[in-house]
Amino acid sequence: MSQAELRTRTLEIEVMRYDPEQDKEPHFRTYSVPCQEDWAILDALNYIKENLDSTLSYRWSCHMMVCGSCGMMINGEPSLTCKVFVRDLPDNVRVEPLANFPIERDLVVVLDDVMGKLQNAQTYIIRQDPPPADDVEYKQSPAELMKFKQYTMCINCMVCYAACPQYNLDPEFTGPAVMALAHRYNLDSRDQGRSERLDILGDHDGVWNCSFVGACSEVCPKHVDPAAAIQQMKIEASGQWVLQKLLPGRKS
Amino acid sequence: MLRELTCLLVAFYCVLTMIALAAAMDADPQRWSEFILGQQKPAWLVFHVFALVFFTVYQTIAWFRLAPKAMPLQLGDKVVAPGTIVAAHYVAWGVVSLVTLWIAGVF
Amino acid sequence: MAIAKKAFVWALFAAGGTVTAFVFPVLILLFVLVSAGMVPENMTREGVLMFAGYWFGKLVLFAVLVLSLWHAAHRMRVVCHDFGIRADAGVARILYLLATIATVITAYLLIRAS
Repeated sequence: MSQAELRTRTLEIEVMRYDPEQDKEPHFRTYSVPCQEDWAILDALNYIKENLDSTLSYRWSCHMMVCGSCGMMINGEPSLTCKVFVRDLPDNVRVEPLANFPIERDLVVVLDDVMGKLQNAQTYIIRQDPPPADDVEYKQSPAELMKFKQYTMCINCMVCYAACPQYNLDPEFTGPAVMALAHRYNLDSRDQGRSERLDILGDHDGVWNCSFVGACSEVCPKHVDPAAAIQQMKIEASGQWVLQKLLPGRKS
Repeated sequence: MLRELTCLLVAFYCVLTMIALAAAMDADPQRWSEFILGQQKPAWLVFHVFALVFFTVYQTIAWFRLAPKAMPLQLGDKVVAPGTIVAAHYVAWGVVSLVTLWIAGVF
Repeated sequence: MAIAKKAFVWALFAAGGTVTAFVFPVLILLFVLVSAGMVPENMTREGVLMFAGYWFGKLVLFAVLVLSLWHAAHRMRVVCHDFGIRADAGVARILYLLATIATVITAYLLIRAS
């Protein structure tokens, strides 16, 4: 017997299953998984799929917290399954699909809502000036990069949406990740679309629906801090609102 | 949620302050003394002390802790540490409190 | 798309929250002292009227009271929403109406104080 095989612990993993073609409702199935001590819970799911039940459906890819595919609820906490290690878990683990999203199948959720919001928030560089001549570059200093760098780290895993109590109450809410990404572009010195984005995110379902609970920032695996981004945008949007009232017709 | 419930204390003390002001402004000078005497009951003391502690913990301290998130400061390529921003809030709080107590004639 | 009117109420909430965070502990402390029988020296009827009669005192009292009232009203609205009360527009109207009434009363008191 190898060293690794000696140090295994059997976890009872209760996984939510749902086949829309057969099941009226989601239900749970428990699998006994012999886990090596260095495994993440994702490895346990892979074990289930390879050895116990090949019908289990779930998303994953990089296994190193950069692709954002494997967000799920582990014992009620929204996390990336490649980030949570079995050594930090008790013997009984419950794995469910990401909260606040419709379930497509088993542990796969429908993310269309957030993908649509991402497009609406214009999360890309917007220029008002005509493009420069071919041999002129957009220059950005390290200080200018520092301003927005943390907000570029978002991997669109949507774990923040599973944690957000306002998104739970109100699915129209734009939500943490989309607003953190909008803020990333607002802070980018190369961008000229700030007032447009603030108009969009200062509308009814945007920043004002956030009550600064901060759960999003607590669960974010990349430490983006969407809560901070949203508060900063509330201040900017308030300022823009005042300016628009005082100087009507002014674009930005 | 406890943080959110401090708004009940805020509303309460705004109203109480307005009542105090109205008592001072009343043509009858007795009204002010009546207000002061009315406050000098053990139940009021207990309530005010509870409110002071609850409010300081769940509003002031919580608000200051979150301040750096709403107002990040970057000077050139140096980020001002969040702890510095929080500390500045406490200093300002100390100043405001001492000035208020001085105006009230506590010292 | 345009910035919603909510921006205005939120700005009052944020300003009020900052004001309450700085001012309310010492304000409540004054009530603690009064109810403990240690009424501060200047808090006589004359002292209070002098402060409220002075333009600076009026300004301070108005700013503190009004911003705090609107802070409380908006926060209460959010609490109601978080407790699942769906009629947000109605709740908002009631709370902001109360805040408006309180603002008017505060203004009236301070204009008359001397």
